[in-house]
Amino acid sequence: MAAPETSTAAVPTLYTNNTLRNAFGGVLSFFILLLIGVMAFSIRLFSVIKYESVIHEFDPYFNYRVTQFLAKNGIYEFWNWFDDRTWYPLGRVIGGTVYPGLTLTAGTIWWLLNSLNIPLSVETVCVFTAPIFSAFASWATYLLTKEVKGTGAGLTAAALLAMVPSYISRSVAGSYDNEAVAIFALIFTFYLYIKTLNTGSLFYATLNSIAYFYMVCSWGGYTFIINLIPMHVLLCIVTGRFSSRLYIAYAPLVVLGTLLAALVPVVGFNAVMTSEHFASFLVFIIIHVVAFVYYIKGILSPKMFKVAVTLVVSVGLAVCCAVIAVLIALVASSPTKGWSGRSLSLLDPTYASKYIPIIASVSEHQPPTWPSYFMDINVLAFLVPAGIIACFLPLSDASSFVVLYIATSVYFSGVMVRLMLVLAPAACITSGIALSQAFDVFTGSIKFQLTGASSNTEVDAAETSSSTAESQTDAVKTEKPEETAKNRPSRKSKKKEREHGEKPSTEAKAEKKRLLALPLESSVHCVWAAAEAYSAPSIVLTSRSHDGLHVFDDFREAYAWLRHNTDVDDKVASWWDYGYQTTAMANRTVIVDNNTWNNTHIATVGTAMSSPERAAWEIFHSLDVKYVLVVFGGLVGYPSDDINKFLWMVRIGGGVFPHIKEPDYLVSSLC
Amino acid sequence: MESFRFCFLMLTIAILASPALSDLVLSKVDRRIYLTSHIVRISSTMKVENAGSEKESKVLLAFPEQQAKNMAYLIATPHEGKGKGKNPVVALPVEAANPKDMPAALTLYSVSLPKGLAEGDSFTFDVLAVFTHALRPIPEQITQADIQLVLYQDSAHYLSPYAVKVQSLSVKLPDSRIESYTKLENTKIHGSEIKYGPYENIPSFSYSPIAVHFESNLPFAVAHELVREIEISHWGNVQVTEHYKLIHGGAQSKGEFSRLDFQARPNVRGASAFRYLVANLPPRAHSVYYRDEIGNISTSHLRGDSKKTELLIEPRYPMFGGWRTAFTIGYGLPLQDFLFESDGKRFLNITFSSPMVELVIDALIVKVVLPEGSSDISVAAPFPVEQWQETKISHLDIDGRPVVVLKKTNVVPEHNQFFQVYYHFSQLSMLREPLMLISGFFFFFVACIVYMHADISISKSSASYLAKQQWEEVQAVIQQVQNIISRCLTTHDNLEASLRDLSRTGNIQACKAARKAADGLLKELSKELKPLLTFLQSSPSAAQVLPKVEELVAKERELQEKVMVKHSTVVDGYEKKLGARDIENRVALQQQKLTALRQEVDDLLEFIDEI
Repeated sequence: MAAPETSTAAVPTLYTNNTLRNAFGGVLSFFILLLIGVMAFSIRLFSVIKYESVIHEFDPYFNYRVTQFLAKNGIYEFWNWFDDRTWYPLGRVIGGTVYPGLTLTAGTIWWLLNSLNIPLSVETVCVFTAPIFSAFASWATYLLTKEVKGTGAGLTAAALLAMVPSYISRSVAGSYDNEAVAIFALIFTFYLYIKTLNTGSLFYATLNSIAYFYMVCSWGGYTFIINLIPMHVLLCIVTGRFSSRLYIAYAPLVVLGTLLAALVPVVGFNAVMTSEHFASFLVFIIIHVVAFVYYIKGILSPKMFKVAVTLVVSVGLAVCCAVIAVLIALVASSPTKGWSGRSLSLLDPTYASKYIPIIASVSEHQPPTWPSYFMDINVLAFLVPAGIIACFLPLSDASSFVVLYIATSVYFSGVMVRLMLVLAPAACITSGIALSQAFDVFTGSIKFQLTGASSNTEVDAAETSSSTAESQTDAVKTEKPEETAKNRPSRKSKKKEREHGEKPSTEAKAEKKRLLALPLESSVHCVWAAAEAYSAPSIVLTSRSHDGLHVFDDFREAYAWLRHNTDVDDKVASWWDYGYQTTAMANRTVIVDNNTWNNTHIATVGTAMSSPERAAWEIFHSLDVKYVLVVFGGLVGYPSDDINKFLWMVRIGGGVFPHIKEPDYLVSSLC
Repeated sequence: MESFRFCFLMLTIAILASPALSDLVLSKVDRRIYLTSHIVRISSTMKVENAGSEKESKVLLAFPEQQAKNMAYLIATPHEGKGKGKNPVVALPVEAANPKDMPAALTLYSVSLPKGLAEGDSFTFDVLAVFTHALRPIPEQITQADIQLVLYQDSAHYLSPYAVKVQSLSVKLPDSRIESYTKLENTKIHGSEIKYGPYENIPSFSYSPIAVHFESNLPFAVAHELVREIEISHWGNVQVTEHYKLIHGGAQSKGEFSRLDFQARPNVRGASAFRYLVANLPPRAHSVYYRDEIGNISTSHLRGDSKKTELLIEPRYPMFGGWRTAFTIGYGLPLQDFLFESDGKRFLNITFSSPMVELVIDALIVKVVLPEGSSDISVAAPFPVEQWQETKISHLDIDGRPVVVLKKTNVVPEHNQFFQVYYHFSQLSMLREPLMLISGFFFFFVACIVYMHADISISKSSASYLAKQQWEEVQAVIQQVQNIISRCLTTHDNLEASLRDLSRTGNIQACKAARKAADGLLKELSKELKPLLTFLQSSPSAAQVLPKVEELVAKERELQEKVMVKHSTVVDGYEKKLGARDIENRVALQQQKLTALRQEVDDLLEFIDEI
């Protein structure tokens, strides 16, 4: 036996270093997480550095204005706010029609800072809310993935989420929209669900309901949660994975979550009345039936149980049929089958373009193109399948949830560009799992080859997580001379050997390099996307030409002019895209805005825009309009001006007022 | 335009013209009216002579009411001949006077002469009067393409309570384009300058109205309100923030505004508009920004050298007549340029008004924010201002920073003089905020440490708490067991090492000694292990791990025996002088078993570790 001398020295340190090793791993992953958070925050600051600290685009301006109101007038005024600056002459009840999560979050941050005598403006807080919450979201991803596949996968997934372009596009500094906090809430709710599922603790179940409540406050996308979790529960039941943990994870969520959701004014009784929530109640009933069956099974003898089953099934089927018949009749009696337009357009992608042009006219409601997948999730698109396979090795409750999540979100992202955002976390989680598992295999093989002779110690220490393993194996590599004697193979490598077959070290190293190149390349792409593609605030445009940088600040020029040179109560008509910006930046009353709740009103403006001057003047006059804001991009070549949107004005106007006919405005009918 | 005739004061003055107030006579008056900006400046050189017998030390200056209400600034200085005006001029004290027998339509100021004028003495001095809103746009509304015409009215004769012997007047216009002007005797025009006079022996209170109607496309920039905030940080910075509410004070714009026309020919289609303003910031100004409530305004240029920093700002849109805008500029200045110390007091010495060129400010509020903890605050301003104090709560303040607020209306660039704010401030107060931060973080970390180490569970007798405690004990014991096992394993390794030494050196005695030592050690260890195992057996929460631990101990014992056997075999072999290969053959089987056992022990250790 020729055991090398190194082993004699290494073994005694093994157990004394045990706690130290764990502590070191903990501190290391804490710092990695901290750095991931810093990266998530700072990669989103390109917009501030390249442009300025300003609110972006359209909807964020509305949220900003609401936050300003909240900061100025307090929470009670906010709930009762009737906004007469918009939808003239109808107005809008803001308190009851917004998802208040984002506003309340930013308002709370602002209030907290100001009570600590840190006088940041509301605008600054709003601008930086999204980057802060993306750091939170990447930490939540870590927690979720850790619950599914361990620390290594968690760290990888968190790092990927911190820089996935799809999420960056919605959360750069200044992009003050619901999605900014909602993605964090979404992932965190999923994490708590998985955590409850793994621990069966009622504490986490309660936290889960609260996280769900926060999600309901933040974004209409909460219906995704309340459908996905029941689907997973159903999946678990069907595949025979019912357990008391599953019951604890699900039942409190439905009861508490629904009660809490009903507290949000914009949801209210929708939480029990619309079809979006129907699945959760159905599964709630099913899980109780199943739980009951398991209980009965436990107390009856197998023979008695069989008798009981036949009895219950025959009676139960009859009752179920009756109930389902009633339900179907109820649902069918409503014209949209109890679904809201937006949800229906998700289930039937052709629905919106057929019936609701206003939803179809929004560019982010279009189905995505293939390149946009590559643009938005880049290399993750290739790692996802591997991740799904890794989730099946072995399949647990948690990993089956991830598989279900990725499958549904891929479908939704295929329907609407906007929902690519929901796909991004799922893609990051699965890719994180894939990468981490692959690294495990390769580092294992390399270690087996290189350090088989050396003690277990280093090997195991290096194995704590795949990412930490990187550096440590390298260290081991340099320390130890190449010893290729056939030695006692380390336990771990042996396991690997059993699972994946032995790989020669050179091949494994090459593979690992190739694998490392993937996330590296993708991170280059992500930084590029963050810097170039997604940082433009869209209210100020820049173009680079041979004689330097040109800044087009015409939007704000117009809004500033309106703000300072028109009467406070003047009404400004514009196409609905500019409604939010006009109320927020120009502080003037608008006829329609981006909250397209009243189709007729928008159609009226569309009709006015597409009518001859005299008729248009009459329409506008009847609306007390004094100024009309139109955007003309012909001179500087700005593509998305009102001429570009003109056909939608015609279509939407024609949808309500039949005398506007689209063919009249097309060239072919003119000549 | 010709039909305008303004003779508003003529009658009243003629009627009220009373005998001269005193025996002073103005022997020579040269007046120059500068209409080259929207701020009207009248600079007059006067030679006053005492024709009476009494000594006179005051000279009265008269302004018609119309002018007086627009007057922003008045200064009188002793006249100095050309070439020697290098040394700083000491202004003569000027104060509002209100003699009894003066017409009510006149506002009078009295200038105190440096020394009284005896009979026959004369004294020459300069008076500069600055007027705002003195130019009236005629017509009042113009379109984008029109040029802006303004009207200025004054008197060709110097309005004075004294008789004037010789006088002349020149009116300087911005441009040679003159719509109309009053022609009197001795009126000449030279390019953009109109000359009236000289006139001789004009009696007191004579007024001969003139009106000049001319083109003026200069920026009529008027700040309705300007709030300047000057914040002192003793860490080395003076931060100045200026909030402007600006209006174009010229002829109102009417009709539509075509951006395209303006862009194509800004000088023709938009002559009356102004596109930019220039601010002369102090040298070494840094971190300059220019923004409004909806974000940064990108149209600005900054040039700087060692003497000054020039900031050119364009509002978001060209300013036509009557258009308003609001914006903020801010900049930082090095502290040592503006903060000084004298007599144990610190004082800030900084300019009062806006750095903008040719800007009229209707209401100027200057706020000087002193560091928290300043006391004994006093202000020295070169002209009367309204003042009061406030407090402002800013970053990390507890009781707020004292703010000195100064307010002045009708401010012109001539007011841009230095003023001083004196205060006491202890150097130690500077450390307050950093210390606060440090202690804040310190207590946070202390709290974290306390939280991690303290047992803060509420009920010490609850089942879960007890179970947890027991589990911790069990863990500690298992740790000990692991330690012992690992020491056993080390001993085994030592034995193996001694065997290797044996094969190298053939020293049987040393090997035997090693064996003896190992035997003793192992015995001791197994003794130590016993109480631990009994504890684990008695503890209910260890039930889960117990079988594994027992298995581990058993395996270890087996391993121990095997090692001993192997050791004996090898030593035996050497004693019997068997060949190395022979010994190896004998041990080979044992060696295999040993390796397998060792592997199992390692596995078990790992497993227990993971629990």
